[in-house]
Amino acid sequence: MTTSFPPAMRSRPVYGVLTARPGTGHLIVADGEGADAVTDMIAAATDAAAMLARSHIIYVPGPTGTDRAETLRALGAAQFHRSPSFAACLPRLQKVLADAQMGMQIYVAGTEGVIGQVQQQAMLAGLPWQAVQTEHRGSTVRRVQCVHCKGITEAVRTDPFPCSHCGLNLFVRDHYSRRIAAFQGVNIDAEDPGQVPPPVERFA
Amino acid sequence: MSVGAPKIPVRVAEVVEVNALIKRFRFVRRDGGPMPVFSGGAHVVVDMDDHGTRRMNPYSLMSDPADTSGYEISVRRDDAGRGGSLFLHRHVTPGMDLVISSPVNLFPLDARARKHLMIAGGIGITPFLSQIAALSRLGGRFELHYSARTRDLAAYADDLTARHGDKVRLYLDDQGQAIDLNRLLQGQPLGTHLYVCGPKGMIGWVCRTAESLGWPKSAVHSEEFLAPPVGLPFQVQLATSGKTITVGPAQSLLEAIEAAGVDAPYLCRGGACGECETDVLGCDGQIAHNDHWLTDEQKVGNTKIMPCVSRFQGKTLILDR
Repeated sequence: MTTSFPPAMRSRPVYGVLTARPGTGHLIVADGEGADAVTDMIAAATDAAAMLARSHIIYVPGPTGTDRAETLRALGAAQFHRSPSFAACLPRLQKVLADAQMGMQIYVAGTEGVIGQVQQQAMLAGLPWQAVQTEHRGSTVRRVQCVHCKGITEAVRTDPFPCSHCGLNLFVRDHYSRRIAAFQGVNIDAEDPGQVPPPVERFA
Repeated sequence: MSVGAPKIPVRVAEVVEVNALIKRFRFVRRDGGPMPVFSGGAHVVVDMDDHGTRRMNPYSLMSDPADTSGYEISVRRDDAGRGGSLFLHRHVTPGMDLVISSPVNLFPLDARARKHLMIAGGIGITPFLSQIAALSRLGGRFELHYSARTRDLAAYADDLTARHGDKVRLYLDDQGQAIDLNRLLQGQPLGTHLYVCGPKGMIGWVCRTAESLGWPKSAVHSEEFLAPPVGLPFQVQLATSGKTITVGPAQSLLEAIEAAGVDAPYLCRGGACGECETDVLGCDGQIAHNDHWLTDEQKVGNTKIMPCVSRFQGKTLILDR
C-alpha cells in the first residue's frame, strides 16, 4: 500500500502512485518495500513485456532490512542491478542519466531518502523534478541535513536526534529541500544548552 | 487596467518591410531614456488608436534583450483579422507616437535546461530571435528548426543562418521540406527543453508528438497569442458595477468592459496569461471558451471566463466585474 502522510507545510514532498507511461526507455529505482510499487505498476501496465524489454531496474535493500531483489530480478527486465546501498549505485545512476535521451521515463519508489536523491540526480541531469514519478512505500525514516554543520544524517528515527557529524541535538522539521534532498534539522537546545526533550520515535 | 509595471510612451524610430507580409517596427522612448531590460521570449502590448477604435495587441519582442536603446517587433499582416496588424502596416510610420506596455514574459527559456530545442513556424520565429540573442551571449546550447512557406517568407532566416550556421535548420513548404519530428524528438539528450511557437496546428502537432514519445510536460513550452475572434453581438451583465453592456461583433468582451468604463485586469490580451480570469455568476447559454488558460474541466463548468478572447451566445451572462 502507498503510504499516506498527514497534511504538512507546502515544502514537504507529496508522492504519487507509479503508472507506466509511454517512453523510449524506463529507468526504475526502488529501495525496500518500493519493490512492491514496481511490481504493482508492471502488473497494471498495458504491455508489460514491451516495457520490461526497455527497462533498467536498480534496487537497494531498505533501511529496515527489507530485500525483495529476487522478486524484481524475476520480472526479467533488460537490465537489473542490486546494489548494497544507494551510495554504491550512484555512479551507475549518473552514467545512465548522462547517456539517456529525452523520452526515457524515470520511476522511483520506496523511502524518502532514495526518492529525493533520485529526483536530485534527475534535476542535475537537467530534467524538471516533476518529470520523475514517485511513490512512497515502507519505512518513513528521514534523511536530515543539520543546518549548522551541513552534514546529512541518514535514516533518522527519532525527534530530536544527535547530528551524526557535529553532535548537536536536532529538531526534525517538515521543511524539505529538493536541491539537497533532505529535511531540515535545527538545534533544539541552542538557547538553553542541555535542555533537550526526550527523543520520540516519530519515523519508523 | 494592465497589471504590473507602468506603460512606456514611445516613438516609432524605424519601419522596415521585411517581406510581402511582414513589417518590422522599432520603438524608442520619447524621453530618450533607456528601455527596461527584458528576457528572451517576452512580449509587449501595443496600444493603438485606430481612428477612434482602441486596439491593444501583444507582439513578441525580437530585438536583443541587452539592447536598451529600443525594442523591435515584427508584425505579420492579417488581412482577415480585426485590424490591429493592418493599422500597424498601413498607418504607423516613423516619428509617430504610441504607447506600449512594459515587457511581460510568458515564454521564457528554462535556464536549467541542458539544451534548448526550438521549433518555429512562420511569424512564430520572433520570440526565438530575442532568445537566441540572449543564449549566444551566455553560450547556451540551442538548435532552431524553422519552417516557412517559401524562402521569401522565411523572415530573418538568412541572418540566422549566417550567424549561427548549422544550429539553424530551415524547412520550406514549397520545396516539400518538412520537419522529421519523430526523429528529431527521439535524438535529444536528457535535460533538453522543447519550445514551439507558430500556428495552432503546428503547436498541437509538436506537443502531441512530444507527449507520445514520453517527453515530460514540464519540458515542453509553447506560445500562441490568439486574436479575439469575431462573432455575433451579445449582452453581458456586470454585477459589481451594475452595468449591462453589449459586445459588438468585432469587439472583444474585455474591450467592451473597458469601453463601459469598468477597470478590468489584463496582461497579454491573447488568452495565454490568465490575468483577466473573471468569475461567472450566472450563465444561461453557451460560453465560447477560446483561451489557452482554463482547464477543460473549468471550461465545461462555466464558472470562469477569459474576457480577452472568449465570447457568449444565449440568454444571460452575469460576470463578477
